[in-house]
Amino acid sequence: MGKKLWLIIFIKLFVMFAILKVFFFPDFLKTNFKSDTERGDYVIEQITSPVSNK
Amino acid sequence: MEHFDLTLVDWSRAQFALTALYHWIFVPITLGTSFIIAIMETIYVKTGQEIWKRITKFWMTLFGINFAIGVATGIILEFEFGTNWSNYSWFVGDIFGAPLAIEGIMAFFMESTFIAIMFFGWDKVSKKFHLTSSWLVAIGSNLSALWILVANAWMQNPVGMEFNPDTARNEMVDFWQVLFSPTAVNKFLHVITSAYTYSALFVIGISAWYLLKKKNLALAKRSMVVASTFGLITSLFMVMTGDESAREVYKVQPMKFAAMEGLYYGETNAPLVAIGIFENAPTPQDPKAKEWAAKIEIPNLLSYMAALDPHAFVPGIHDLVHGNKEQGIVSYYDKIARGKTAIQALAEYKAAKKAGDREKTAASLATFKENYKDFGYGYYDDPHDLIPNVPLTFYSFHTMVGLGTLFVLIFIFTLIYSVKDKIVDKRWLLYIALWSIPMGFLAQEAGWMVAEFGRQPWVVQDYMPTLTAVSNIDHTSVMITVLLFTITFTVLLIAEIKIMLKQINGFNDGGH
Repeated sequence: MGKKLWLIIFIKLFVMFAILKVFFFPDFLKTNFKSDTERGDYVIEQITSPVSNK
Repeated sequence: MEHFDLTLVDWSRAQFALTALYHWIFVPITLGTSFIIAIMETIYVKTGQEIWKRITKFWMTLFGINFAIGVATGIILEFEFGTNWSNYSWFVGDIFGAPLAIEGIMAFFMESTFIAIMFFGWDKVSKKFHLTSSWLVAIGSNLSALWILVANAWMQNPVGMEFNPDTARNEMVDFWQVLFSPTAVNKFLHVITSAYTYSALFVIGISAWYLLKKKNLALAKRSMVVASTFGLITSLFMVMTGDESAREVYKVQPMKFAAMEGLYYGETNAPLVAIGIFENAPTPQDPKAKEWAAKIEIPNLLSYMAALDPHAFVPGIHDLVHGNKEQGIVSYYDKIARGKTAIQALAEYKAAKKAGDREKTAASLATFKENYKDFGYGYYDDPHDLIPNVPLTFYSFHTMVGLGTLFVLIFIFTLIYSVKDKIVDKRWLLYIALWSIPMGFLAQEAGWMVAEFGRQPWVVQDYMPTLTAVSNIDHTSVMITVLLFTITFTVLLIAEIKIMLKQINGFNDGGH
């Protein structure tokens, strides 16, 4: 049982960190903006200008 | 509202719901079985009987399988915050960050350190040290749950924070208010007691299966006594904390409370609908309104449940949407107007500050602060869009309550017959106990559906609706990840369940 469970745990961790995180789950704000000021300005623009969210 | 990509919102919600659903299949079992294991090991240390050591090790193995699954899906949820819910993550960052950091540093490290001793230290450390480790794993697991539930409670009842219009982030001004808000306390207690109940059902269900098969009777009978006692105590606390939670919802989320009971028009001496079936009955005022096709009511109980006063007024959906001057309820129409003012003022504040216009900066900031408490309403034009799915919330709530009550009865019977040593002859009860495992899961999910569907459209109550919380990404990529996630994790889930079943089938308690 131990070996199979460890195998599943490792497959799952690999799928999560090497595939899902890298290719499908990049951090949106960290990836697209360089500083916290830019991120804050972007979010304010998003929440105050609904039209631009389309 | 029509300006938002609702397909993106829906798929992002579906993705998060799916992940949370997988996460919550196994996590609640670890929360309770960790304590059940610690109790069993305590009996072993006290009595010195080897059978209790074998029993402890058996349940510990099943705990380990559940633990490995739960941790993995929890990490995926954190990924999704950054990718799909970036506006939300930024908006709540400082509030969410603190509880989650404490969870990571304190609870998770405590849990993982002692879990190693619990699994691999049987012959390497003293009995008492091992027992202490088992108790610390149980406490650590539950502390992990505390912090994430505090964060969730804050979303339902945002307190102890101040919004910084320069950074667009909510900043924590009172940590203790966040930690000890009545919503947080009730949520934590209700969720963990329901998880303990589910864990006890898991143990009595597997024990019942052994008893039906006339296999591992020594383990099954002893486990049945421990789990029934544990389950009875915790399920009674679950009922009490559920009652308190409902009262808290009445105070801070009256729309959710009205949806839980399908209450369209508020009333004094409000009866509680114990069982009810909806039918569509749209009105010009509310195109989505429902009417009862059939119902069984208990007089005055809803008023009592809400305010501990059988004659208290309980607002209905209509009162909240249109207001009720007599009861001092502000209409959603007014809140929408104030929300729009706040959103406009925030935009003007940023523009004025950028332009260096101090006077306008101060004026727009004052307007913003004055109207901020209704900020989220400003994204809507039609207040009916602020009503959650009433039938879904109502049926989920009543499923949860009905099953919770049934579980109390199951524990009473399994405990009585186990103590009398007659449980093996009560095959009807053993079948019910076995089927109580999926029923426990259903009750858990129904509870979360009440909490999360019932508060829609809010992701942060009154401040941020779900539609502004999502990242501005292509909805196709979200659809792909949902599909990928469903396939991958269903395959792994099947493999994990097979491992668990193999353990259960292959176990031999030594024939005592």
